[in-house]
Amino acid sequence: MPETGRTLAPPPADRAADTDRAADADLALLTLRLGDDALILGQRLCQWITRAPTIEEDLALSNIALDLVGHARALLARSGQLDGTGRSEDDLAFGRTDRAFRNALLTELPNGDFAVTVARQLAFTHYAVLLQQALADGTDRELAAFGARAAKETAFHRRHADLWTERLGLGTEESTRRMRAALEQVWPYTAELFDEDDLTDRLVAAGVLPPLAALRTAWQASVAAVLDRAGLTVPTPTWQGRGGRQGLHTEAFGPLIAEMQSVRRQFPGGTW
Amino acid sequence: MSAALAGAAPAAVTEEERAARFEELLGEGGTVEPRDWMPDGYRRMLLRQIAQHAHSEIIGMQPEGAWLTRAPSLHRKSVLIAKVQDEAGHGLYLYSAAETLGVDRAELLDALHQGKQRYAATFNHPALTWADTGAIAWLTDGAAVINQAPLCRTSYGPYARAMLRVCQEEAFHVRQGYDMMRALCEGTPEQRQMAQDAVDRWWLPAVALMFGPPDTVAGGADERTAALGAAVSRRAMAWGIKHHTNDELRQRFVDQCVPQAERLGLTLPDPNIRWNEERGHYDFGPIDWEVYRGALGDDSACARQRLAHRTAAHEDGAWVREAAAAHAAREHARTAGDARTPETAPDAAHTTEPAT
Repeated sequence: MPETGRTLAPPPADRAADTDRAADADLALLTLRLGDDALILGQRLCQWITRAPTIEEDLALSNIALDLVGHARALLARSGQLDGTGRSEDDLAFGRTDRAFRNALLTELPNGDFAVTVARQLAFTHYAVLLQQALADGTDRELAAFGARAAKETAFHRRHADLWTERLGLGTEESTRRMRAALEQVWPYTAELFDEDDLTDRLVAAGVLPPLAALRTAWQASVAAVLDRAGLTVPTPTWQGRGGRQGLHTEAFGPLIAEMQSVRRQFPGGTW
Repeated sequence: MSAALAGAAPAAVTEEERAARFEELLGEGGTVEPRDWMPDGYRRMLLRQIAQHAHSEIIGMQPEGAWLTRAPSLHRKSVLIAKVQDEAGHGLYLYSAAETLGVDRAELLDALHQGKQRYAATFNHPALTWADTGAIAWLTDGAAVINQAPLCRTSYGPYARAMLRVCQEEAFHVRQGYDMMRALCEGTPEQRQMAQDAVDRWWLPAVALMFGPPDTVAGGADERTAALGAAVSRRAMAWGIKHHTNDELRQRFVDQCVPQAERLGLTLPDPNIRWNEERGHYDFGPIDWEVYRGALGDDSACARQRLAHRTAAHEDGAWVREAAAAHAAREHARTAGDARTPETAPDAAHTTEPAT
């Protein structure tokens, strides 16, 4: 390529600025993925409230949903700052169409019976605690602060999932049967949490994210220990559900988003 | 335990003496505790009221809970989740207070599901728009706080203590509801219209149903209702379970809401509301109790829906509760077994040499 003034390498200061912008864009996509995970799972748990098996569970599930919405708010607000659009948490939650959401499919799976929700919570919370702890040790200061705070809350959600996995796994014949079926249903969607792509490769290289293969190994050991205590076995799925990180969701996703955005879309320009 | 009833030797004390001591305690403004002697009627009235209150919290989660997935901002979603969560918590405090009177929660829930115990009929009104969640928090929680604040001094200790916590949280809900209505009123014309429509539909249910039937003044067809209400209120007040008549509290509510509505720029749907200089209160229109017979009779479509929703949740969750109970029983047996181990191996503790 002939060297002209326009194609000359930029002076070092500009190059640094370009690098910063590229790093911000990566962080914006990461916080969008993680923010969408929290938002969509929180939305699913909201659907349980007033329908839980006990009043204590209505309370527990709303508590977890509240934490997840809190995580989503922090992450989506940060994503809007980093991507240069200045979009707010609400712009991102209520202003995007279905295909623009980047949550893992696991988080959008319909609630099913209580066992399906427990299995989904078990898989997600063990992943989330490990990830948040790793973010806390990562190189991005904002995400590190988020990870440190969120990991403490998610550890309670994990404990909730662990206790129910044991109760249902060891409870009655029916609960064992339902819990086994739930694990089979949910487990194909766990692989996507650890999928690597160009984005995660760059974020691992930058020290923001931990290596995902190592995260997966730690997760497998962590959930296997709980399932073992619960007299259950780790499923070995023959297929894997993925696509959420590219905006290719399940058919259940459309109604979820339509419901979530319905009021805000009915009142354009409204203030809330 | 109250001093007046402590140390009563059961054998030596007659029923009349116990009743006299009970009245004396109430006269001194004392607190009745679960192990204290109490008249059957007092226990029954309390149980009925506390159970109804607990059921109202649980059923009251539904109209707002249905909007959790549609809240139009993440801030409002968080606020609403926290509110519905508080209501579940209030239900738990109140069921616990009721259990001190010798029933258990499962029996109370069965009574609710079978329609044998009631809840506030206000919640048999449908929540049709997002603004309804604001109107419910501002108006029905506002009414609840006025109703419940005096219950923090009710004569039965466990109920009074539960109400202290409930009231603190309810007062917060009212402020949140008002803030939500304020945001709508400052928004687009369509948002203001939604806010006014919600107030139009929730004002009368709050004024009428949150305070119960008239118990001081009434006329015409409502005279019998008022006479019956007055008799119940007199008994409850004599026992220190309540301190004010339904109509006194209703007036207090109207006096509180009128200036708030004016600040919001909303019209309360009662053309008779006007300041009465002489009384120092706002006058308001008579409540047509015929209108509410449907809601009070538990036979409206929405009432059926509330109970069906609650019953379905309970029945769908039966296998989960059974699993938890089975697991807990096994754990209990196991830990009881562990606890016996030192007795079966009495020398175990002495087999190691002291470290020093």
